[in-house]
Amino acid sequence: MTKLYEVSNKYNNYKEYTREFTEVGRNIPRLDGPAKVTGKVQYTDDLVLPRMVYGKILRSPHAHANIKSIDYSEALKLDGVLGVITGEDCPIAYGIVPHNANEHALAVGKVRNWGEGVAAVAAIDEATAEKALELIKVEYEVLEAIVDPREAVKRDDLRIHEDHPNNIAYEGVQVYGDPDKALAESDYVIEKEFYSSYVTHAFIEPQAAIADFDPNTGKLHLYATCQVPHYTHQQLAKVLEMPMNKIRITVPLIGGGFGGKGVASQADFCSALLSRKIGRPVKITYERSDVFATNNGRHPCYMKFKMGFDKNGKITAVDFNNLMDGGAYSGWGIVVLFYTASMVHIPYAVPNVKFDGKRIFTNKPTCGAQRGLGGVQPRFAMEQLLDEAAEHFGMTPYEIKKLNAVESGYTAKSMMYVPHSEYKKCLDEVVEKSEYMNKIGKLPYGKGIGLSGGYYISGTSYTLYLSYKPHTVATIKIDDENGVTLYCGATDIGQGVDTVMAQMAAETLGVKTEDVKVVPRDTQISTFDLGTFASRLTFATGWAIRQAAEKVNAELFPVAASMLRCRGDEIAVKDGYFYSIYERHGRHGKKGKEVAWAEVVDVYMQSNGPLSCSGQFTPPRRKGIQQGGNIGHSPTFGFSAQVAEVDVDLDTGKINVVKITEAGDCGQPINPMSVEGQVHGSIQMGLGQALYEEMQIAPDGRFLNPSLHDYKMPTIRDMPKVDANIVEAYDPSAPYGGKESGEGPIQPTIPAIFSAVYDAIGVRFTEMPLTPEKVLNAIKAQKASK
Amino acid sequence: MKKKIVKLDINNHVYEVLVSATDLLVDVIRKQIGLTGTKKGCGQGDCGACTVLVDGEAQLSCLMLAIACEGKKITTIEGIANQETGELHPLQQAFLDHGAVQCGFCTPGMVLSSKALVDNNPTPTEEEIKHALEGNLCRCTGYVLILEAVESYVDSLAKGEV
Repeated sequence: MTKLYEVSNKYNNYKEYTREFTEVGRNIPRLDGPAKVTGKVQYTDDLVLPRMVYGKILRSPHAHANIKSIDYSEALKLDGVLGVITGEDCPIAYGIVPHNANEHALAVGKVRNWGEGVAAVAAIDEATAEKALELIKVEYEVLEAIVDPREAVKRDDLRIHEDHPNNIAYEGVQVYGDPDKALAESDYVIEKEFYSSYVTHAFIEPQAAIADFDPNTGKLHLYATCQVPHYTHQQLAKVLEMPMNKIRITVPLIGGGFGGKGVASQADFCSALLSRKIGRPVKITYERSDVFATNNGRHPCYMKFKMGFDKNGKITAVDFNNLMDGGAYSGWGIVVLFYTASMVHIPYAVPNVKFDGKRIFTNKPTCGAQRGLGGVQPRFAMEQLLDEAAEHFGMTPYEIKKLNAVESGYTAKSMMYVPHSEYKKCLDEVVEKSEYMNKIGKLPYGKGIGLSGGYYISGTSYTLYLSYKPHTVATIKIDDENGVTLYCGATDIGQGVDTVMAQMAAETLGVKTEDVKVVPRDTQISTFDLGTFASRLTFATGWAIRQAAEKVNAELFPVAASMLRCRGDEIAVKDGYFYSIYERHGRHGKKGKEVAWAEVVDVYMQSNGPLSCSGQFTPPRRKGIQQGGNIGHSPTFGFSAQVAEVDVDLDTGKINVVKITEAGDCGQPINPMSVEGQVHGSIQMGLGQALYEEMQIAPDGRFLNPSLHDYKMPTIRDMPKVDANIVEAYDPSAPYGGKESGEGPIQPTIPAIFSAVYDAIGVRFTEMPLTPEKVLNAIKAQKASK
Repeated sequence: MKKKIVKLDINNHVYEVLVSATDLLVDVIRKQIGLTGTKKGCGQGDCGACTVLVDGEAQLSCLMLAIACEGKKITTIEGIANQETGELHPLQQAFLDHGAVQCGFCTPGMVLSSKALVDNNPTPTEEEIKHALEGNLCRCTGYVLILEAVESYVDSLAKGEV
């Protein structure tokens, strides 16, 4: 890739801020909690607009077929049907990564996965819309389907996309250092293959969209379940051929995302197109099978690893070959491909790296971004390889991981820079808390313990389209009617960023978190934000909020100073009071020099009117030196380590995870209660993928388990005891010292469980999920060979 | 399809609604009555988000016909807090205090399943709580804090604090 731009990392000249906080670090139940426990809060499907009608999408029963004709004349005749659209209404392709865009709201000419939308209907009610779908006649020419990427890459005769030979969606090679030489000179080289499975987010709220096109003004208002309203905004403008300023997107509230709502849903486009066609608001709510058909979950990976070590157990090189199953369309594919590449560089120092990866099209629902994307797959392999190497060197996994762990200030060969890391502290803490060293290798047959580490980016350095604009903007408005109002387009998908943003604003403004009103998730009202992905919000919005709040303080401090009759640079603000840092406490119980925050605002308002200040954040661009090398670069990184303890039922092969001990470095936790929730949720998702979650596709591409009945995910009964710990940390490059905690903690869960199973029965499994069948067969084979 | 007027007692208020024989309780509660606190996550009885109390028992409203609920007492999440003062039910408060709420989509179902359990068995064991909640899927919280919330409510009941 040619050199496109270099920008200085201005924000990295961070000043040393105080680490004494009043609002940051507080366990604050989320501000929207009461509305959630009472059912008062509204998600997209809860909204009803005047004259609103309902839309439904007709989905293909075939995984690979040419569409010869679509006849919807009978459907249109049905009483109550208002309009029908097909691929002809949306010929412009879209995609979250613009230069790889190949998706359509409805199939154009061909379907490439089971469940792909081919037509959509708007009708007076859902029952009528469903009846209308039955009346649409689609003539298909069924084609052979390919569902295995290892086969698809060999089949140039059967192209899923005509312009992609051998069904290769994208491929890339990265070489850092001299891995071949390093491997040849290594004291010990380990080589192994791994497979990570096809899983999905399984958020509980299905996607919904309500589009309201006003024919009189030509404006479109879309209410959507969307983690990335800005990108959806862009893509709607493209597909509907409308200027962005005629489109407004409001995200009411999201019932879980995990990356699954990190793309525009086809419901967004279909409802918009239908609404424009019929001139009434149209609501489309997905059934659970629609959610599965539009998957966007984790990429299955066929991974080949070669890992070299010197005589002391230090990593010399990693050679990683990754064949990724991308499903039918591009989605987040390129990004995920190169994230798997970048994830090899940390949390261990790897001096020589070779990555050779391909993302392959298959006739399956498209894969995309799912919590910890690109990291979960290689982490699963590398952590276990390290364990095997440890055995060779007569060390414990703990020792080899600590030996190779990166520290603050580390720069990887790919130029990924780690400003701060307490990864070693995480390893120490879990080992101590779980008594790992007393247990490893010493538990009776059938019981085992495993240790793994992980990390994740905390923000991304690049937009998905080339742009220099800030990645997030926050505006704080102060007046004496509403107090503090914070505008920021960051999207809370359940992780609690609304509360965390209020906490950060309150910290600098010196008011209470509960008194900050957050206006989020509306492209017309709130300020610009790229979206919820890459664990970027706390970090990015934090800097923007801090900057905005400091500007507010710069306006209010002189007013407070004149009221207190002291100099402006002697003023501080905390707990709702401006005060003189030298004379706060008066003698004999009298008040010192302090004045209530609201009084200062009142005085300011009298002479200046309302006060509003904006802050913004642009991350540093530490450009990588190779193809795709800019992916994986992040302002900073979060780290975590986990110990899993398992009990294998030797008669059934069922694995019971008894306990998981976790320690995370998220810098300064802004809201420890929310961090704990993120960790628990990560562990649950990892546990599901480790043991039983799997979307099953028949050889002809039919989806075999598109329901929450057949797609098994952990229930309350499956969760082990969890001991989640936050290690003491403060990242000086981060706003208020706080960084990622949403995706890092899923990385260690799977390898920790697999390693614990190895400790329990002496078998190293390399394929997910670890079903009872696989375990029981292994136990039987073990007995037979004895 | 032929429709019929039925009387549904929801949160101590009797609503007259016009329903067909196939209308599901969840849809009638959400769309006709407008109580959208009851959520629909799967429509197939797998996720528990649509849980309501019918005569005090936790039931999946996506698997019940509205027409079959005439004469029964239905409670939705909107009927749990004190109807006059708006004060949260202590179980709701426990969910908040323990961080058992993230995206909130499963929360109404979780609260109602827990309430049905504790109303019938004020001193449930951990195993009994898990049994009562195993039909309610949550993808955000990892369940640990939900279990803690219910346990804390059970504790404060035993101590007579609530």
